[in-house]
Amino acid sequence: MKKFMLDLSVKENKILSDQYHLLILTSAEKLPEILPGQFAEVRVDGSATTFLRRPISIHYIDYDANELWLLIQVKGDGTKRLAQMTAGESLNLLLPLGNNFNEPVEKDASVLLVGGGCGVAPLLYLGAHLKRNGFKVNFLLGARTKDDLIELCEYERFGNVFTTTEDGTLGERGFVTQHSLLNGSNFDYFYTCGPTPMMKAVARHALKTKAICEVSLENTMACGIGACLCCVTDTTEGHVCVCTEGPVFNITKLKWQI
Amino acid sequence: MANLNINIGKLQLKNPVMTASGTFGYGSEYSDFLDLSRIGGIIVKGTTIRARQGNPYPRMAETPSGMLNAVGLQNKGVDYFINHIYPTVKDIDTNIIVNVSGSTIDEYVETAEKLNSLENIPGIELNISCPNVKEGGMAFGTSCLSASQVVRAVRMAYKKDLIVKLSPNVTDISEIALAVEAEGADSVSLINTLLGMAIDVEKRRPVLSTITGGLSGPAVKPVALRMVWQVAQAVKIPVIGLGGIMNASDAIEFMLAGASAIQIGTANFIDPTVTIKVIDGINAYLDRHNFQSVTDIIGALEV
Repeated sequence: MKKFMLDLSVKENKILSDQYHLLILTSAEKLPEILPGQFAEVRVDGSATTFLRRPISIHYIDYDANELWLLIQVKGDGTKRLAQMTAGESLNLLLPLGNNFNEPVEKDASVLLVGGGCGVAPLLYLGAHLKRNGFKVNFLLGARTKDDLIELCEYERFGNVFTTTEDGTLGERGFVTQHSLLNGSNFDYFYTCGPTPMMKAVARHALKTKAICEVSLENTMACGIGACLCCVTDTTEGHVCVCTEGPVFNITKLKWQI
Repeated sequence: MANLNINIGKLQLKNPVMTASGTFGYGSEYSDFLDLSRIGGIIVKGTTIRARQGNPYPRMAETPSGMLNAVGLQNKGVDYFINHIYPTVKDIDTNIIVNVSGSTIDEYVETAEKLNSLENIPGIELNISCPNVKEGGMAFGTSCLSASQVVRAVRMAYKKDLIVKLSPNVTDISEIALAVEAEGADSVSLINTLLGMAIDVEKRRPVLSTITGGLSGPAVKPVALRMVWQVAQAVKIPVIGLGGIMNASDAIEFMLAGASAIQIGTANFIDPTVTIKVIDGINAYLDRHNFQSVTDIIGALEV
């Protein structure tokens, strides 16, 4: 896929919680085609301590409204600056980068999209894509507490939503992998993004139930286009760049101890 | 429009702007963003006699105005380059230079010999300054004796243009530059990365898997500029300057200090089109100051 460097303008900055913001970007030009699971390298201007671009998942694309959504979790100075952006400001992005989630081969496959923390970001667009292609979509989303479970109504547009919180303030108490859904039903496909221990637990469950499992990795990156070789992960084919061979990997390719 | 042509040793460049090894892949990674044929030269990823997996992740840490890397020369080996990459880059209308590294003198020589036969590779850059490998690499570039030995051996085996990339992690970089000049280097490029370190205080562990790594980016620019100035005073062969160049003004500083050409490295990660902006910016500067040729500003610093 051809990659672009684009200046998009901020249409809206929605405050979702004290740590999550939704940046809705738009352009006078038609946005390029982007696949679920791909990401953008975002240049952060006006943050003295942010030197490199920040790799950020494509949260959602609305081609009709020509909108690209980025979910921003305020973690450091760079994401703090992104969270302060106001309508009309310009943001420079390289996109679309990386590979994509692969949809199931069988049309009647049961799929579960499992997200934790900011790792929920690519799953909204993936869910929309799968629903549009005729799949029945289920989301299992986890967070520390109910305030961090954001935009649930957005996910509900595309499938069933199940939740867990560590403090039990919403959904079942505990981690996503402890949810009763995983004991009761068998899923053919798991797609997951979030903290590594969570993804490993999902991968373990998928292996046990002989399901296919794709994970999206969040290694730190510099270039985002396969030039610097900084973001590698160890695979059955040796060290490969997460930015070009990933971010989405089938767990059978990774050398995870699971 | 001033004349941007410049000769560096046996190389003829259409302009003095090159890309630094390890920051521009094999060029193709950037081809969606810019016309590669506009660049004066592309120095492709460090290449070794056999494939190397490089160091474990994490290999990178962002630092104030820069970054540390500890990639460790991950590459698929010179034969893979010759068979699979060379055919895809040989027709790009620019100078494709291969950065060569090794753990022993024999490995440097063997790799250089293999590249000697490639018609459209007009030169190599000998990397005697990589801080991220246990054997070889920087070890060759930190003493005059070992730098001389490796350059002498490669010079005998390699007939085309030979650039030697110098390490800043030495007491006197001019001495090393003089030593490699005496052994027949056509030019020197400097600086490679400065050895540095970052610590995760919450985990009380180093950020990099290798504990230390190579610092690049604007943080190193004043150090690089000083070293280019010193080396340009000392040697007669051309000097290629690099270290934290982010824009045309930075590039011109290096040329005024004595560099005949410059390389852009880390800046490619922030703006993949930066090389083109620097070329255009140098041209605009020359026009603005009524210089006819880019050679007019090499070493033109008034002190």
